[in-house]
Amino acid sequence: MPDDSGDTPEPCLEVRNVWKVFGEKTDSVMDSDLKNASKEEILEKSGCVLALRNISFKVTPGEFFVLMGLSGSGKSTLVRCLIRLIEPTAGEILIKGEDVCRLEKKRLRRLRRTVTGMVFQQFGLFPHYTVLDNVAYGLKIRGIKKEDRYEAALKAIETVGLKGWEDSLPGALSGGMQQRVGIARSLAINPEILLMDEPFSGLDPLIRREMQDELVALQDQLQKTIIFVTHDLHEALKLGSRIAIMRNGEIIQVDAPEDVISSPADDYVQDFVQDASPAKVLRAGTIMETPVLLLYEWQGPKVAKTLLSKSDQERAFVITKDHRLKGLATHEILEALIADGAKDLRNRLIEDVPRCTPEMTVEELFPLATSSPYPIAVLDEKGKFLGDIRNRTIINSMIQDTGK
Amino acid sequence: MTEFPKIFRIPLADWIDVAMDWVLTAWGGFFDTVGDAILKFLLQLERFFLWVPWFVVVIFIGILAWRLMGRWWHGIAMAGMLVLIGTFGYWDLAMMTLALVTGAVILSLVFGIPMGIAMARSNLLESIVKPILDAMQTMPSFVYLIPALMLFGLGKVPALFSTIIYSMPPVIRLTNVGIREVSKSVVEAAEAFGANSWQILFNVQLPLAQPSIMVGINQTTMMALAMVVVASMIGARGLGMEVLLAINRIEVGRGFEAGLCIVILAIIIDRITHALASRQKK
Ligand SMILES: Nc1ncnc2c1ncn2[C@@H]1O[C@H](COP(=O)(O)OP(=O)(O)O)[C@@H](O)[C@H]1O
Ligand SMILES: [Mg+2]
Repeated sequence: MPDDSGDTPEPCLEVRNVWKVFGEKTDSVMDSDLKNASKEEILEKSGCVLALRNISFKVTPGEFFVLMGLSGSGKSTLVRCLIRLIEPTAGEILIKGEDVCRLEKKRLRRLRRTVTGMVFQQFGLFPHYTVLDNVAYGLKIRGIKKEDRYEAALKAIETVGLKGWEDSLPGALSGGMQQRVGIARSLAINPEILLMDEPFSGLDPLIRREMQDELVALQDQLQKTIIFVTHDLHEALKLGSRIAIMRNGEIIQVDAPEDVISSPADDYVQDFVQDASPAKVLRAGTIMETPVLLLYEWQGPKVAKTLLSKSDQERAFVITKDHRLKGLATHEILEALIADGAKDLRNRLIEDVPRCTPEMTVEELFPLATSSPYPIAVLDEKGKFLGDIRNRTIINSMIQDTGK
Repeated sequence: MTEFPKIFRIPLADWIDVAMDWVLTAWGGFFDTVGDAILKFLLQLERFFLWVPWFVVVIFIGILAWRLMGRWWHGIAMAGMLVLIGTFGYWDLAMMTLALVTGAVILSLVFGIPMGIAMARSNLLESIVKPILDAMQTMPSFVYLIPALMLFGLGKVPALFSTIIYSMPPVIRLTNVGIREVSKSVVEAAEAFGANSWQILFNVQLPLAQPSIMVGINQTTMMALAMVVVASMIGARGLGMEVLLAINRIEVGRGFEAGLCIVILAIIIDRITHALASRQKK
């Protein structure tokens, strides 16, 4: 997320020109022009599998960075390379300014113990340990006393909503619950960077949706840096603050979700994007409009009535001096205020107006739009009025995007 | 014409004989000390088994079988079979056999489990050791009985030595297989949290390989027991020697009694170690 000051904050993770070639004669690939050939040609000529080609990207603290691509595009290889569960063939990986590839074993283990936490698609839980011992494992490895690590583990278990299951074995839990244990295990060590390799891919859709929502809430609360791997575009668009799209071991686009949708880097992304419904992608901040007329709470009702009539509107939002939403005024309300002899617009306003944040997707706006006859007010986190959305605007945005 | 040409004859036998001579002259002292140490260990074990009163053994085995196998009548059956050995008058010999088997199993595990672990960690070592294990199991035991005799002299030590050679392979194999079969994703998870290789071994691989290792221990024990008759040919006292004597004198009844005692020991040991193995699996 961009900093208030405007310049980009220091990245906490930077990947520079990373390559990964699986096979025996990797040198013969890396030291020749063969490395620029296609994956198939490399396999044919050297017997090596090219999994990552010249990968570079930066991730800033607190960012939710998604790696997306079809199966076999190299996503798992890439996240594993970040902490050298797989050794990269070439390139640099800087975590907090330190080159992971150069770390000796001991320092590397320390990095894995304290800075990063990982969640796996197959959960990777220890079947012979209870939930509590699973979650406490990262701390046990660090040599932390039993009471202390159990205390931290219990907290993490509570965070993921598994309180009461501490003494169960993982085999007794459902898939969704097992992955909660996986997430708790990585949270227990309080890592700065969370690596998640398709954590929800093995779960059925309902559970997956629920887990995604919880992860978003968790991220709001904990503000970790998350590197999240998925092959599901919807998941990527829902979760990511930035998305890197991978194909055949290369990153072909890194962009914010909306830019991925609105300007796909090539056919590959275009194909990907095609089946994404605009309702899940478009956000309130994009489609909102600046109202024709805004009224201020200190204005007199007569002035307001004149302005409203002149601008040919049925109603208008009333805001305070610091741009907070006060309410909605209609002709009837203004007439009533005039009859009261009121001096300003501080009373009688309709306060039960639907509100949303600019981050909400159109899909989430539907229920708001149908539940109320009034337009939706878009407010930022501090309650500042940004714009409004009418039912017609929502429908138009949907039609435009599907027409493309 | 049809005979194999003599020029191609490899005098492996001569080479081995020469090597054996060299080992005996150069390393004789070393094997004497090793032999003495092993003998002391075995005598201690034997003394212990003979010192424990018979009823203590019977009750202990009975309770153990009951706890492990889950039914009280299992305990009674196992205890009853032990009593049967006593009624044949073979208690002491059975205890001597048991001491030898126990010694062989202990040493097999002490060397076999680390070997299995090392094998699981190195594909090269695995490809080297596997054929050796095959050889250990298929080579007729008399072939290495003789060099064992030459190295250690007659008695318990060469008997133990050849028993170990025959019985160690299963525990090595199954330790190796058990560790290799531990799910990669679990090992990777431990690694991702910064576990070092000892932590991975003791926290993840060994606990998860335990059922497989227990099966290996069971098989090793059974094979050690199967060797007792052969081992007794070079002077280890016990039930095996009793069988041999009976055969030599054509005393069918006596041979049958001693043989039955071996079978009883086998059943008891098998059931107990088997129950132990499947208990771990749960
Ligand atoms: N251990 C390996 N040996 C050889 N090739 C591998 C290995 N692991 C992955 N690959 C290859 O690397 C490519 C990327 O795989 P992976 O990172 O698992 O993709 P993804 O996670 O995107 O599905 C694939 O072509 C795969 O076949
Ligand atoms: Mg993958």
